[in-house]
Amino acid sequence: MAKDIVPSDLAPAGATGFLDYAPAPESTSILHLQKSYGLFIDGAFVKGHGRPFASISPATEKHIAEIATATPKDVDTAVAAARRAYDKTWSKLSGADRGKYLFRIARLVQERARELAVAESLDNGKPIKESRDVDVPLVAAWFFYYAGWADKLDHAGLGANPQALGVAAQIIPWNFPLLMLAWKIAPALAAGNTVVLKPAETTSLTALLFAEIVQQAELPNGVVNIVTGAGETGASLVRHPDVNKVAFTGSTAVGREIAKAVAGTGKKVTLELGGKAANIVFDDAPIDQAIEGIVNGIFFNQGHVCCAGSRLLVQENVHDEVVDRLKARLATLRLGDPLDKNTDIGAINSREQLDRIRELSDIGEAEGAERWTAPCVIPENGFWFAPTIFDNVSTSSRIAREEIFGPVLSVLTFRTPAEAIAKANNTPYGLSAGIWSDKGSKILAVADKLRAGVIWANTFNRFDPASPFGGYKESGYGREGGRQGLAAYLKAGK
Amino acid sequence: MQSPIPSAALAPAERAVRMLGGDLTERSLRLHLEGLSGVDAVGLEQRAAGLGTRSIKTTSKAWALDKIIELIDLTTLEGADTPGKVRSLVAKALTPDPSDLTAPRVAAVCVYGDMVPDAVAALGAAHGDPVNASGRSGLVSVAAVATAFPSGRASLRVKLADTADAVSNGADEIDMVIDRGAFLSGRYGEVFEQIVAVKEACRRSDGSYASLKVILETGELTTYDNVRRASWLAILAGGDFIKTSTGKVAPAATLPVTLLMLEVVRDWYRLTGERVGVKPAGGIRTSKDAIKYLVTVAETVGEQWLQPHLFRFGASSLLNDVLLQRQKLSTGRYSGPDYVTLD
Amino acid sequence: MARLAVPKTYKLYIGGAFPRSESGRTYEVATAKGAFLANAAQASRKDARDAVVAARAAQSGWANATAYNRGQVLYRIAELLEGRRAQFVDELRASEGLSAAAAAQQVDAAIDTWVWYAGWTDKYAQVAGSGNPVSGPYFNLSVPEPTGVVAIVAPQGSASEKPASLLGLVSVLAPALVAGNTVVVVADQAHPLSAISLAEVLATSDVPGGVVNILTGSPAEIAPWLAAHADVNALDLTGAGELEWIDLQISAADTLKRVVEPEPGVPARSLNRILAFTETKTVWHTKALI
Repeated sequence: MAKDIVPSDLAPAGATGFLDYAPAPESTSILHLQKSYGLFIDGAFVKGHGRPFASISPATEKHIAEIATATPKDVDTAVAAARRAYDKTWSKLSGADRGKYLFRIARLVQERARELAVAESLDNGKPIKESRDVDVPLVAAWFFYYAGWADKLDHAGLGANPQALGVAAQIIPWNFPLLMLAWKIAPALAAGNTVVLKPAETTSLTALLFAEIVQQAELPNGVVNIVTGAGETGASLVRHPDVNKVAFTGSTAVGREIAKAVAGTGKKVTLELGGKAANIVFDDAPIDQAIEGIVNGIFFNQGHVCCAGSRLLVQENVHDEVVDRLKARLATLRLGDPLDKNTDIGAINSREQLDRIRELSDIGEAEGAERWTAPCVIPENGFWFAPTIFDNVSTSSRIAREEIFGPVLSVLTFRTPAEAIAKANNTPYGLSAGIWSDKGSKILAVADKLRAGVIWANTFNRFDPASPFGGYKESGYGREGGRQGLAAYLKAGK
Repeated sequence: MQSPIPSAALAPAERAVRMLGGDLTERSLRLHLEGLSGVDAVGLEQRAAGLGTRSIKTTSKAWALDKIIELIDLTTLEGADTPGKVRSLVAKALTPDPSDLTAPRVAAVCVYGDMVPDAVAALGAAHGDPVNASGRSGLVSVAAVATAFPSGRASLRVKLADTADAVSNGADEIDMVIDRGAFLSGRYGEVFEQIVAVKEACRRSDGSYASLKVILETGELTTYDNVRRASWLAILAGGDFIKTSTGKVAPAATLPVTLLMLEVVRDWYRLTGERVGVKPAGGIRTSKDAIKYLVTVAETVGEQWLQPHLFRFGASSLLNDVLLQRQKLSTGRYSGPDYVTLD
Repeated sequence: MARLAVPKTYKLYIGGAFPRSESGRTYEVATAKGAFLANAAQASRKDARDAVVAARAAQSGWANATAYNRGQVLYRIAELLEGRRAQFVDELRASEGLSAAAAAQQVDAAIDTWVWYAGWTDKYAQVAGSGNPVSGPYFNLSVPEPTGVVAIVAPQGSASEKPASLLGLVSVLAPALVAGNTVVVVADQAHPLSAISLAEVLATSDVPGGVVNILTGSPAEIAPWLAAHADVNALDLTGAGELEWIDLQISAADTLKRVVEPEPGVPARSLNRILAFTETKTVWHTKALI
């Protein structure tokens, strides 16, 4: 198409009254936080024996609350509580009763949805419209879905009367704190396990609010235990001899360590790790929706998404048009206060992560890729990174191979479907991929040949409790969601 | 066997010739329309829903409410319309809120062709283009529906006479309907020729033209792919505006359809630098809904489109809801229907 | 002096509203010991006809609601029933002559039955559907879908059959709703009160009007009209054991309705009851790069 009009012609005028929507901040008044939080063990909040640490808001760097650190001894106490709860109460309950507890939790999450969304955006930095419209509704949906499974385990695909594993150690990342908690706890409890869960160090807050929900639901003590802390806390949890199952979501490097640590222990493991997803746009794609899908694929949650469509593979004959339209669209994104309802791009979760994004972006530039950054004002305090596109990226470039985990898109081109497939698969990762085309037979054929656990066609970053999620290759093993996600917490009956 | 695509020559409408080349034929038009990229309905509707969640507060909201009024084609299109009803509509158009004279005037009144003289007479000196060099003129245009509105089921001769009659009576804008039957059966050339002919019928004796709004009646086209094709077709044939609906068929204007039409208008601008207007009509009754449309315009084609030459709301009950919201903003308490005038 | 009670008028439940029978008829409902308890509306064939129209009108909306949404709606019925537990216990005691404990047990079982089926809405297709490894370059997927409008004769208490009017009704109603069918159900003729009270729960829950239509009256009179009705897709004769049910089955065969045969007592919860009212749809799609 003609290129005499530069994209910025279509960018919002900005200075006038309307598009600078007056700030519409979500009220934090519904949120009642404590000054400090202990560990949640055996149904009660207890002090941790490690040195407490501060949780800050990544948007302002302001202190939110003090969080306890669990020492190996605390982990021991938590695992013992989980074991006791498993032996004495949870494994003796009927599936129907386990289900009723999970339904209660689902309803409590729905009732406290706004409060949880505000807490999540405050602590994590993600836009309130995402925590409100995506994360928290999915949390409720996850508990609701698995609640229904609790008394139907005979249909889970493992034959009659499948058995729980016992105590599950669960470690979750900071990108979707409460949602990842739900992905872990809901199927584990439905299948009859008890859990000890460790949230990420920078995002413990909603897990601790969830502990309150556990109390309100009158879940038997010890069925859910939450220990906070950094990597060492997680390591001692994974290594604990009385743990039967380890479920981890996070980086491939840590996942590899976990796989090694549990080797020979008989612990069942599921790992949901990194990704470098290809988002493949064919020349017959529904173009405007593809642009939205590319934006949603990489800029959703600031790109802090393991399945993010971070490698845009565009058919060469539409490359210029796609990139032009993409830039015009990115110019309308609003970066800023995560609690503002009009914010599209929130804060980067931590200084450490911001440094990594900056480092890899600089490498991308040094390696010769063309850098373009969306025009937006960066707030003074907090951790921010403007949406960025690298064009003319070569397949060997580090930004095309390494997971950046930030709002940075690498654009590559292809000429034929075969080339698109080859390039998409040319990575040690295999979590997800996207395909954009109006032609069904092509979509299905390409999907067949992609080595990735989730394929989105003409959409991206969709999640549903009924749909299994997980990766091929170094993106991990095991699936979360659906019947497959239930099977990850069960063994065949005798 | 399907008959081959007719290769009959089409009227050399200026835009179409520029875009498709000099030897404009039914075949070249059809190939062009069928070559347009598809629309994924799920993605389009999700994008529209996302735009609908934008939150507008305080000063932006006050600005938005006045902007909505300035963009309204205040409409009465009933079989029971009378000169009195039209006079009352004009009075409302000129003074939307008698209790608050700061409320701006609407862009136009929209009536049936035979009511045009009544509207022109009632407007008197206030009749004219709502936009002048300094932005707002305070004048109100007269728009007339024509071409056997709303069904369009009449011969071209009748449609042209209908149009010319309204223009000669002083209509500044003509809202025509396309032949949906012809469009749905693939006779794009026929639809095209009719629009070109109606456009020509909009020509006044002094050589100037009444502005032409082309109503696609999206509720009868039923697919988004059809809406995109019809939008292109209407623009190629010379429409100054593309308009969603007559208001007589459900669904009338929806946010996804309007978004799609704005995307076409944006693409046309990217290609030619020429701005075409969009008019969602029917079914927009609340300020809250109308604000979603403003947001969609601003984020799709840019804020420069929020002026009467490029965007209109076809509405009747919307105005009173906007006035109630205006009163709420100025007084701080909720108003009620007894505090706006019924017309 | 003791306060004078205000008794309830029991009516039909059609299209989300509570009409009297168009025939103007009622019949007396007695306690287990034979004393007068209440008048119930006696539905006619025209009421059955109206109920089928209402069910058909509601069907596509209910089927097109997301499975998650249908699950929440059915679960909400359980929540509301739990809140009105005492009312149902009283009604069952009066109508069926149960002890307080037995009545409570029946109400609890009814609530739990809703919960159990609520959990199936977004799972039955995962269990009953399949991706099929056909030979050739084809994507091939089978999914169950609702069959449409289901007419049901609810379990009937009688001299030989101990009544369980609430649990019996719920046990046939809930599974038919899971996949997205809409229902016309003829309640337990001799014990219809809890069915109409359940309708009041449904009307104040999130169940769209017309999804469930409840008729009280004579199954022998109404069932033949439903069995023969061309706009009914399936016929559940669970409670029709005392009727000329083979004739009903033959009549249903005219339009090849799916038929569930009579079964004594309260049917157990089962996936089969859900699948009895589904159709399997298999989709083929080519897979090719060129």
